[in-house]
Amino acid sequence: KIYEPEVHSDRRKWRMRSVSVDLNNDASLVIDIPDALCERDKVKFTVHTKTTLSSFQKPEFSVPRQHEDFIWLHDTIVETEEYAGFIIPPAPPKPDFEGPREKMHKLGEGESSMTKEEYAKMKQELEAEYLAVFKKTVQVHEVFLQRLSSHPMFRKDRNFQIFLEYDQDLSVRRKNAKEMFGGFFKNMVKSADEVLISGVKEVDEFFEQEKNFLLDYSIKIKDATAKAEKMTRSHKNVADDYNHISGALNNTAADNNTAFKNMCVLQKVEDRMASDQELKLTELLRYYTRDIQAAKDLLYRRARALADYENSNKALDKARLKGKDVAQAEENQKQCLQKFDKLSESGKKELTSFKARRVVAFRKNLIEMTELEIKHAKNSVSLLQGSIEILKSN
Amino acid sequence: MAASSERSPPPFPDSEEPELLEDSDEGADAFTGTSISEMDSPSPDSTRPPKDIFNEPPEDIFSDPLSNINPEPQKKVDTKIPSPSSDEAVDLFSEPLDDDSEVMSSPEVQNPMPDLLNEPVEAPKSDVLCEPPVHKNAARQQDFFEDPPKGSNNSSSSVKKAASAELFGDDEDEEDLFKETPKVVTKKPQPSGPPVDVFTEVKSDVKVKPQVKDDPTDMFTEEALTAPAQKPPASSSSSSRTNGVHSEEQDLFSEATVELSLDSPLNDRKKKDAVKPSLSAPAASVASSSSKAPSKTLEELEEEESEDKFDLNISVTNPEKVGDGMNAYMAYKVSTQVSSLILFTLTRYDTQSKSHTFLIVPQTSLTMFRSKTFTVRRRFSDFLGLYEKLSEKHSQNGYIVPPPPEKSILGMTKVKVGKEDPSSAEFVERRRAALERYLQRVVCHPSLLQDPDVREFLEKEELPRAVSTQALSGAGFLKMLNKATDAVSKMTIKMNEQDVWFDEKIQDVENEEQHMRKLHVMVESLVNHRKELSGNTAVFAKSVAMLGSSEDNTALSRALSQLAEVEDRIEQLHQEQASNDFFTFSELLADYIRLLGAVKGCFDQRMKAWQRWQDAENMLQKKREAEAKLLWANKPDKLQQAKDEIAEWEAKVTQYEREFERISATVRKEVIRFDKEKARDFKRQIVKYLESLLNSQQQLIKYWEAFLPEAKAIA
Repeated sequence: KIYEPEVHSDRRKWRMRSVSVDLNNDASLVIDIPDALCERDKVKFTVHTKTTLSSFQKPEFSVPRQHEDFIWLHDTIVETEEYAGFIIPPAPPKPDFEGPREKMHKLGEGESSMTKEEYAKMKQELEAEYLAVFKKTVQVHEVFLQRLSSHPMFRKDRNFQIFLEYDQDLSVRRKNAKEMFGGFFKNMVKSADEVLISGVKEVDEFFEQEKNFLLDYSIKIKDATAKAEKMTRSHKNVADDYNHISGALNNTAADNNTAFKNMCVLQKVEDRMASDQELKLTELLRYYTRDIQAAKDLLYRRARALADYENSNKALDKARLKGKDVAQAEENQKQCLQKFDKLSESGKKELTSFKARRVVAFRKNLIEMTELEIKHAKNSVSLLQGSIEILKSN
Repeated sequence: MAASSERSPPPFPDSEEPELLEDSDEGADAFTGTSISEMDSPSPDSTRPPKDIFNEPPEDIFSDPLSNINPEPQKKVDTKIPSPSSDEAVDLFSEPLDDDSEVMSSPEVQNPMPDLLNEPVEAPKSDVLCEPPVHKNAARQQDFFEDPPKGSNNSSSSVKKAASAELFGDDEDEEDLFKETPKVVTKKPQPSGPPVDVFTEVKSDVKVKPQVKDDPTDMFTEEALTAPAQKPPASSSSSSRTNGVHSEEQDLFSEATVELSLDSPLNDRKKKDAVKPSLSAPAASVASSSSKAPSKTLEELEEEESEDKFDLNISVTNPEKVGDGMNAYMAYKVSTQVSSLILFTLTRYDTQSKSHTFLIVPQTSLTMFRSKTFTVRRRFSDFLGLYEKLSEKHSQNGYIVPPPPEKSILGMTKVKVGKEDPSSAEFVERRRAALERYLQRVVCHPSLLQDPDVREFLEKEELPRAVSTQALSGAGFLKMLNKATDAVSKMTIKMNEQDVWFDEKIQDVENEEQHMRKLHVMVESLVNHRKELSGNTAVFAKSVAMLGSSEDNTALSRALSQLAEVEDRIEQLHQEQASNDFFTFSELLADYIRLLGAVKGCFDQRMKAWQRWQDAENMLQKKREAEAKLLWANKPDKLQQAKDEIAEWEAKVTQYEREFERISATVRKEVIRFDKEKARDFKRQIVKYLESLLNSQQQLIKYWEAFLPEAKAIA
């Protein structure tokens, strides 16, 4: 049997708590994902759009989309030549329901051996975890679309508009094995290239700085993300332990029930603390790990263009030397230069706004996280005080 | 009759101090009864205004005290007044009824009472009043000590006199006698001396003075001894004095309630054992009533005892590595501090338990421990040795002997080998704390505290090396073997449990152990996870700090490094909390898992006693059959021998049965005591634990609140 948590009722709540990555709130194109459904290993999102743009046929519409459709959208944008100068919003990661699924499995197996209370408790835990993963998944997909919609160029993209508007299944073709391998190979080449290109002498100081910063930053943020993940995971373990302990305490001392029920609630608070930390901090870091990769990709593309330009220069020199195909080489060189200049120009803009965006996002999330931490800690303080009073009084 | 039956509940022979049962040949039950009465009697008085008592007929007085017994055990102040009246009344009524053989005339009975009353009022007064400062360490102590003076003031001798006068014409003489202490004392014995076994017995039960029991004269001489001692302002004597006074007052009350019931059951038993005389009606009623209420009384008793606790402050500190290599061991400093109250308590306990052994010397705390604070160095095996000794002596009698922490070869080897390893430091600390708790539990146990080995352990400079615990190989192996055989015999013994209480309790303990084990595993995992969390937080803090240093936005960079600092502090917090998890929670559970093992051991001992009794019963059966066969076969020559054997086995059966009953009573009492202690321990520790959690959450709030403006400052 497949266990489906009731996500819908909780929808609005998490909307308030999503990690948004500061997006200018342009009312002309507003996208959200109000609903999602988990079917086996597929997640179906409902993408809801409200717009005043004339390029859309209706002012408001909803379409069903799958994770793969998002990936397709991302890929087509990446492959579009004219977007080379932009930081392309990172694709949302594949929904990962391994954790809850494993637990669900355990739950199914242990159903006979567990007491009713334990079972209920397990189920509750599972629900909470499932919901957390679900929220996160929906949120990253939503953010991806919002990033696109808030970008002056991407919002006009034809494919993007189709993605939003076409009310049938997109039924995008999955990449076949060869393409997958190709993609993998391309990545290999790219990272080899990156190493080569990093050797290319940078002509622009801004990009030189930016490159160094991003390389450094990406290493650090990757590290921080991994550590934050570890931390939140162990925090969750602690919360789980509380849960078990409160259960066991309930068994041990029936007379002090009220006090230990508070223990139970304490577990929930602790759990929320952990998952909020996860949502606010870890997700932020995770997102920026990807975003920085996107920025790095931009730099890579620019560096690539630079290399191309230099090569075309060389080719022009050669052609001039040989007196052959000079015009063609000149043309080529001119194009490369143009492309490089264009890339540099938009890249500079993009990186600057990226920086501003990052700072704002960090600020927002750090503040929210801190406030939540305080809120939860205050909750547990009052719970603990209550428990202590109860204990002391009897 | 009515009065007697009503009164009967409080004294529960079996319930009180176990030592008494063991030590005293005759009055054991009586003693237990008395102590009960000590506790109970005060309360009724306090609730009632003195006037009523006097106005009302004696019967009423009796009934009231009984009903009120439970509510306010502590208020002893007002009690005095009513008590005398009740006591006397009791004496009057009860004695004639109960003790046919040991007839007391009422006036005689009275003598001692006024004595008691007057003493607190007059002689002790000054002493008592001076004393309080000494005792003020503990709130409880204050109560105890201050009460008597107040009581004496409030009630004032005149009231008492009046009261006694009303009832009995003679007090004037007696009062005089008593007031004049030294001189009078000598006289006293004569009036009271001859008459009363009952009276003396009662007295002894109640009180401090051990000698009293055996002889009335002793009683008085005792007093004589103490009285003179008071006058010189020697602190020791005075303190004992107060105690004495105090207890005497208690005696009065206890006597009132107890006397009837106490004596009668006691006497009954003795009689039963010995000759089985025809029981007088009152005695019978008493006995029956006594059987109903025992558990209740027990609990009351327990409460009293618990109040006396924690007055012996024992701390185990300064673990120190002695020697090198594999011969190294850890030595711990064991400091004992006897606070003033414990002097009192000890005295009392002592009196009760030793009353038969020490007839002449009044026991004071000072003879028990040589000085008020002492410090000795002990090594781990000494602690184990102490346990071995105690369990050898006491566990067969059904006592719960607190078990020491287990030997840990792995942990100790680490300590021996590793130099400054944090894990070995943790191990040592863990063990130190466990040893401390172990010792505290030992001295909390009223009868273990009496054990000379305990005193020696706490006091004596050099202790003979505990050999049996030294190596796991020799003695340890034997012990394991013993345990194995025990387990086997346990399986083979099928005891059909007659006693519902035990039946349920054994189940309860079993279940509880299960729960505790489960809980313990969970708490252990909490400790580990929190340690992990702490480690991960630390790593994250470092990582964030690095990220902050790479960040090119100044404000964000600053905020990130602040965040790193916050996380660093939180890491500390987690660490502290983890050690709190461990020391206040996990170790508590570990202790109680061990203790529950000891409780189960008690049950096993009881079962063994039962088995012995049953075996004897079977043997007796066989002997009887053999006799019958002989009779049938008409072999008179062997008949006599068979009869002798039957008599012998009959004696054995009675003896074993009594032993079984005694051990049952002890175990029961011990388990009740244990439960009480456990509840209290758990409550205390869990509150402590929750408070530690509370504290860390409050810290957390502080840290985050300090960080919030930093986050807001990012621009």
